[in-house]
This record gives sequence, structure tokens and C-alpha cells, in this order.
Amino acid sequence: MSEARRGTDHPTMDMTNKEVMKRIEYGGDMLLNMGPQHPSTHGVINFLVQTDGEVMKRAIPEVGYLHRSLEKIAEKCTYNGYMPYTDRVDYIAAMFANQGWAMAIERLLDVKVPKRAEYCRVIACELNRISSHLVAAGTMSMDIGAVTPFPYALREREFINDLLEELCGARLTYNYLRIGGVAFDLPEGYEDKVLGFVTHFEKILTEFDRLITYNEIFIQRLGNLAPISKEMAIDYCLVGPNLRGSGVKFDVRRDLPYSVYPELQFDIPVGKGECGVVGDCWDRFWVRIAEMRESCRILRQCVAQIPKGETMAKMPRKIKIAEGLEASSRIESARGDMIYYVVGGGENAYRCKVRTGSFTAMGIIDTLSRGLMVADLVALIASFDVVAPEIDR
Amino acid sequence: MTPEEIHGALSARFGDRIGPLMPAKLDAWALVVKPADVPEICRFCKSDLGFDCLINLTGIDWNKKNQIEVVYHLWSYAQRHSFVLKVQLDRAAPSVPSIESVWKSADWLEREQYDLLGIDFPGHPDLRRIMLPDDWVGHPLRRDYKEQAEWHGIQTTRESPLDGFVRLDELRKKAAASAAETAGATAAAAAPGAKKEVLQ
Repeated sequence: MSEARRGTDHPTMDMTNKEVMKRIEYGGDMLLNMGPQHPSTHGVINFLVQTDGEVMKRAIPEVGYLHRSLEKIAEKCTYNGYMPYTDRVDYIAAMFANQGWAMAIERLLDVKVPKRAEYCRVIACELNRISSHLVAAGTMSMDIGAVTPFPYALREREFINDLLEELCGARLTYNYLRIGGVAFDLPEGYEDKVLGFVTHFEKILTEFDRLITYNEIFIQRLGNLAPISKEMAIDYCLVGPNLRGSGVKFDVRRDLPYSVYPELQFDIPVGKGECGVVGDCWDRFWVRIAEMRESCRILRQCVAQIPKGETMAKMPRKIKIAEGLEASSRIESARGDMIYYVVGGGENAYRCKVRTGSFTAMGIIDTLSRGLMVADLVALIASFDVVAPEIDR
Repeated sequence: MTPEEIHGALSARFGDRIGPLMPAKLDAWALVVKPADVPEICRFCKSDLGFDCLINLTGIDWNKKNQIEVVYHLWSYAQRHSFVLKVQLDRAAPSVPSIESVWKSADWLEREQYDLLGIDFPGHPDLRRIMLPDDWVGHPLRRDYKEQAEWHGIQTTRESPLDGFVRLDELRKKAAASAAETAGATAAAAAPGAKKEVLQ
């Protein structure tokens, strides 16, 4: 069969994929495009899937559909002017992209951010982390066929969107942080609202666990699926929940402390292989659920500890950084270790490189997909919690 | 290990092939002079100094110095230390051997820099464009990059929607001025007529 179907009469793909086509030796296999407009690829990504029946031989990610040249834009506008653009790096967890940029420039300028502003940042970021993980958990369960948890997750996310809207006026692209502080102080009575939400949400999390996390069908579907070993995760530079799912106890908030995280008590959940082997898709899912609980803990402490005072450091009207001066900032985004590497160049950055968690996570899919079922690819992508704009920037 | 210790270990092994440690303005880094040494040095970093992860790879175009710089950010999960390696390449034909065989994460990171800056990584198993279409011309993150005018009949530029745009208050002012003019003209036109009437 393979001999008969090999050759030039095989269906051809469009021109841009020609290069890839040449590299695949397909004897009797089916080659299909999954995407770019596919509901379960979490944005505009294309997967070139080479399958033999239901079993995949390879899935090659083709990215770049959402490339908006954000790194080039950084070279064209001022340091403050770039802040709204960083929201667009990752629209599900925009607060972290804000923080990475602000921290890189603050390091270059040697600015000390006031304590209250740091607490405001942490409150905003942890709220955003919960909302981002809720989307991840909801869409993951929907991708593999459980539709019910998705609206439950989004219902809770709406509360956070409302809270963040009250804080900065936007529901997704916040532009809340400023270089040297935050744009607005917490509104009147905001601490109580956050506390109210946390109290409500912790109960919901237990309910969510009963509904989906420890659901027998869910465990059967995801346990033992596509496990990633510790060494492999580190070698491919997986970060954040994906890395911790593989059992590496590393969190930038604890290991390279920044902001006020040293003053806060929280645990770092790592995958233990409770429902299969360490580093399978269920572990990655569970780490996110456990992290939401830790975020609740952090929020409780922040609300209790937040001091009074300024929310903005004294900043020059026009920020100038000497050419060639460079710094990088590492923060723990909802998708893991996010790196901003900035080289100064006068009034605007000479070069800005954003290394995001989704980008490196996509690099591992080609290797992992070999031998999986086509339906498992969907679960695999969902378990990495990739966001298409964050891959392409 | 501190950056000084790492640099000491590297110099002890490779001698003068390792540049001096830059007591950095912010991040400590060392200069690797010859691009050809990069894979060997990286392999040593991984095996002997515990750097198990390449967390970032950046290319910078210094067009005034006629150089392209590649910056490697190394990180060790085992020992929690970091180091930065830099290589300077000729801008006309930037090329540095691939380290994909050392760290797998270099695969996509190198592809990105190849796409956006046109740096060649010989030894890379699958070096092709990642963000832009395969038949795109030029490398956008070069400082002197000029975008091609069209791609398969799609224009890459468009007219500014602000061209020929007139502010609303200016429009109102104009309208008021012309209304006053016509009112004045009719008054002027009416005035001689009135005189005539009087004369009659």
C-alpha cells in the first residue's frame, strides 16, 4: 500500500509548507493540517499532522500567524509608551507581561518601587494568575470533551475580571503597571472585596475538584498520557506549571525572589504522579489547580499586610538609558518563567527580547507527539496551556 | 558558583579563547572570541559547570560597529546559578555553530533568531523561518530593514486613515466663516438694491 501511494500523485499542500513536505517521508500515511482555525489549538496555530490511521507519527507546529513584531515595536517607542504593547504579549495574563517590562526598566534605572505599589502589583498579579489558570483548566476539560466545567470556570473568572476592571478600568489588557509603580491605588474597600472573593473561591475550588479534577473519567483520560521526564523538561526549557508538573521544584517567586514575595508564605506544588506517572497531562492540570489555592493564600496575606504610602516612585519625566546598558528580568508568569532582556538605547530600547513560556513549550510537541493518538494531541496542547499570541509575539 | 568562579573555571579549561569577564553594569558576562568555539564551551558548561538549561538566546544587530552579537543566557536548575555568554559575528555573514545538540531548547530559539535577524546556525537540523512566511525577503530585526512593498499581491502598507483628515472644530469654523461671508455678501448685495429703491 505504501509503495502505491508514494510519489508525486500524493495530495499536495499549499506552497509555504512545501519545505516541510519535502522533509517528511510519507509512505501510505495521511498528512493533514490541523488548524490554523481550529477550536482546540488555543489560537491560530497550525499543526502538520502525519498520521497512520488514528496514530500520529509526527505533529509539526507551524506558528507565526499572530506575529505582531512586538520586539521591533519596542525599538520604535519610548519605555513608558511600550507598556500597553506588553499587554498584547499575553492577553490572558497581561499583568505579568506588564510586570516583566516594568521590572527590566526599573533594574536599568535602579529605581526602588514603593512598598505599597509592590503589594498592589502582587494582588493584581495573583488575581490574574487565578483567572488565567481558570481559563486553562476550563478549556482543557472542554477540549477533551467535558463541556460543563468550562462555564463554571469562566463564571469565576468574571468575578476577577470585575475586580480588575474596578482596579484599572480594563478587563483583559490592563496597562495597570507603570515603570516605578502602579497607575492607580487600590479603590476604597478593595481589600474586603478581594477577601470576599477569595473566601468564595476556595469553596468553588473544592467543588471544582469534585466535578472534574478527581473525576474518574477525567483521570482515565489524562493519567499516564504524554509524560515528560524531569531531564527532558529542563532540556527543552519547559517553564512554570509545565516544569513543576514534571516534578522540578522551581518557582521564580521563591528561587529568584522579586517584589515582595520573600515576605509571603506559600508552597510550590509539584507533580507527584498521583494518577499515573510523574509529568503526565493530569499532573500539569493538577499543578494549576493547586497553584490557584496558593494564590488565594498569597492574596489573603497581601490584603492583611499591605502598608499605607505612595504608589509611585519619583521618576524622571523622560526616561533615558545609556546605549549598551543591558538587563534582564525574570518573573513567574501564569505560563512560567518569563524573561525580558532589554538593551538600552537612549529614549527607546535598542533591543528587547521577550522569552515566553508558550514559545519553548511548543518546541517539545514535535518530539512528544510521536506515537500518540490524534485526539491526545489536543489534550497535550491544552495541558501546556499555550496561548498563541504569546508564542508569536 | 559566582560569575567569577565560573569564569575562572572556563579560563582554566580554554585559556585565552575565553574573553575577559565583564564586571557588568548589571549582569556579569564573558566574551567568547571565536564563534567556532561555542559548541565546545557550551558542552563543557553543561557537563562540568552544571548548566542544564539554555533559557534565552538573543541576537543584537550593532550596525554602527558592523557586528551582530549573539547572547546566550545559561541557567542551572541543579545549582541555581546563571551565566551569560556572548559571541560577536561579522554583520555581512553572521554565522555561529548550532548548539541544538547540547540543549534542545536551542532548536526553536535559534530558528527565531535566524528568521528575524538572519543569523546562520550551521549544524541545526531544521533551520527554516518560524514566524514569517518561507518566501519572505529580509530580516525584520536588522536595524536597516526595509519591508517589502507587497507579498503575493497583499500590500504591506496602507494609506494613513488620517490623511486628509480635518478636525471637526476646524470644519465648524470654516462653515461659520463662509456663512458669515455669504451673509455679508447678501447684505452688501441687498444694500445697493435698497438704495436704489430709496432712489426710486
